[in-house]
Amino acid sequence: MSIALEHVSYVYSPGTAYEKHALKDVSFEIPQGQFVGIIGHTGSGKSTLIQHLNGLVRATSGRVLYEGRNIYEDGYNMRELRTRVGLVFQYPEYQLFEVDVISDVCFGPKNQGLPQEECEKRAREALEHVGFPEKYYKQSPFELSGGQKRRVAIAGVLAMRPKVLILDEPTAGLDPKGRDEILDQISELHRKTDMTVILVSHSMEDVARYVERLIVMNRGEKMLDGTPREVFRHYKELEKVGLAAPQVTYVMHDLKARGFDVSPDATTIREAAEEILGSFRRSGKI
Amino acid sequence: MPAGMIHAEELIYEYDKRDDEGNVIGSERAIDGIDIDIPQGSFVAILGHNGSGKSTLAKHMNAILVPTGGTMWVDGRDTKDPAQLWDVRQTAGMVFQNPDNQIIGTVVEEDVGFGPENLGVPTDEIWQRVEESLKAVGMLERRKDSPNKLSGGQKQRVAIAGVLAMEPKCIVLDEPTAMLDPNGRKEVIRAVEELRKKKQVTVILITHYMEEVIDADQVFVMDGGHIVMHGTPREIFSRVDELKTYRMDVPQVTMLAEELRRQGLDLPAGILRREELVEALCRLR
Repeated sequence: MSIALEHVSYVYSPGTAYEKHALKDVSFEIPQGQFVGIIGHTGSGKSTLIQHLNGLVRATSGRVLYEGRNIYEDGYNMRELRTRVGLVFQYPEYQLFEVDVISDVCFGPKNQGLPQEECEKRAREALEHVGFPEKYYKQSPFELSGGQKRRVAIAGVLAMRPKVLILDEPTAGLDPKGRDEILDQISELHRKTDMTVILVSHSMEDVARYVERLIVMNRGEKMLDGTPREVFRHYKELEKVGLAAPQVTYVMHDLKARGFDVSPDATTIREAAEEILGSFRRSGKI
Repeated sequence: MPAGMIHAEELIYEYDKRDDEGNVIGSERAIDGIDIDIPQGSFVAILGHNGSGKSTLAKHMNAILVPTGGTMWVDGRDTKDPAQLWDVRQTAGMVFQNPDNQIIGTVVEEDVGFGPENLGVPTDEIWQRVEESLKAVGMLERRKDSPNKLSGGQKQRVAIAGVLAMEPKCIVLDEPTAMLDPNGRKEVIRAVEELRKKKQVTVILITHYMEEVIDADQVFVMDGGHIVMHGTPREIFSRVDELKTYRMDVPQVTMLAEELRRQGLDLPAGILRREELVEALCRLR
């Protein structure tokens, strides 16, 4: 399911004293299967943007197209769209409510009208995808740790087998290992299933490591759009809008300035280490 | 007599586990025999994964929880003694994770004044304290604003000012940056640094962000209700593999240095800052 936004603008409370342009003329296309990161400081329009992607919020002007079809046209099946575009909100564990884990994850497919057996099959598959241990399937979701609750909530969306998965800061509040585990699992899922994944994140280090494309939002506008390497090359502009490049990118720029023969574009530890070791090898020091 | 601002011996906190009907089915130890001493005026960071017991420990520092075994002293006062409760709470102020749950005033300066007002501080002095506290966190120019117009980082700084205005000797910050964006995190950490320098307050920072603790005097790592590692940030972050077993991480610069060491570059262990790494690499050239 390819996604296209064409000149999308969104205005809160138009014509009143509280009028606010949350999105201004945003356009982009995401082909099926891409892993996209969206970054931007608080209030930059990230959350408003993703709410447009499954029709929760309707653009004031402009069009949102899935597979070339405008979702605002008469008779468009919005309900079906929402099962195909799964949105995981921030702190999704606050939305858990069922008596046990498996029933909670079944809720989505049950609402799609699927038979109980199929619901349970999908729920199990979804829980497996997020690495949730089977021995806790019958446990109350409220007795789980923060990281496990988060997994159940994500599985609840996955159980609807969406073609597009949108996650709004899925690792907020988790410990470092929990962050890595969740992102590794999402990345693995993306690799195995050809699902489009859109990840909203505050961590430059995380997006550099996982996504293939990065969209930067600022004051409701799309500011940059490219691979992490391309985007973080503009680290000075990013800083002006309250963002930054990953720490290692700064190290590389410092080294370059000190005369090292390295490309300053590295955005992950592995890339940076290769560049630095390469320069030492070339100069015959190791 | 206990020495430091915060001093615990054999601290234990046990709570009952209950089934659906509310019957006790066992007990769990969130804190399992902790000894800790935090000197007056120092900056201490506590790390630990979700569920390691660090928030439970923090809640003992201003008697939100009292130990079920062992003793916790705050500035020499036993937190178990109900007669000391008021003084303990005045000594140690707390700032929590969610910026939206801690602000009650409709105007920034009123919110900050709420604490001292409750303490019965005379009006003139309240205003003086409000001004000083807001200045300390860099929020003085927003004193007349409504808190709901502030960003997350600004709200947290107002929450810190609210605690400061009560003039505690010690501030405990329980994951104050967990819900903030990178800018907000920087603002809050900078405010914490400032108040430590200017006011000589003891600061205890609980966090999941490794970059925030590199300036701490001491770092404690918790796991399963125990303190499992203790040392300076450099000592702690040079033990990369051990930290990972406790679900922790190291700053990205430290990890890069570690990776280069493993690949044969002769770098010192426990590099924490970008400048250090760049200098060390320049020396090898």
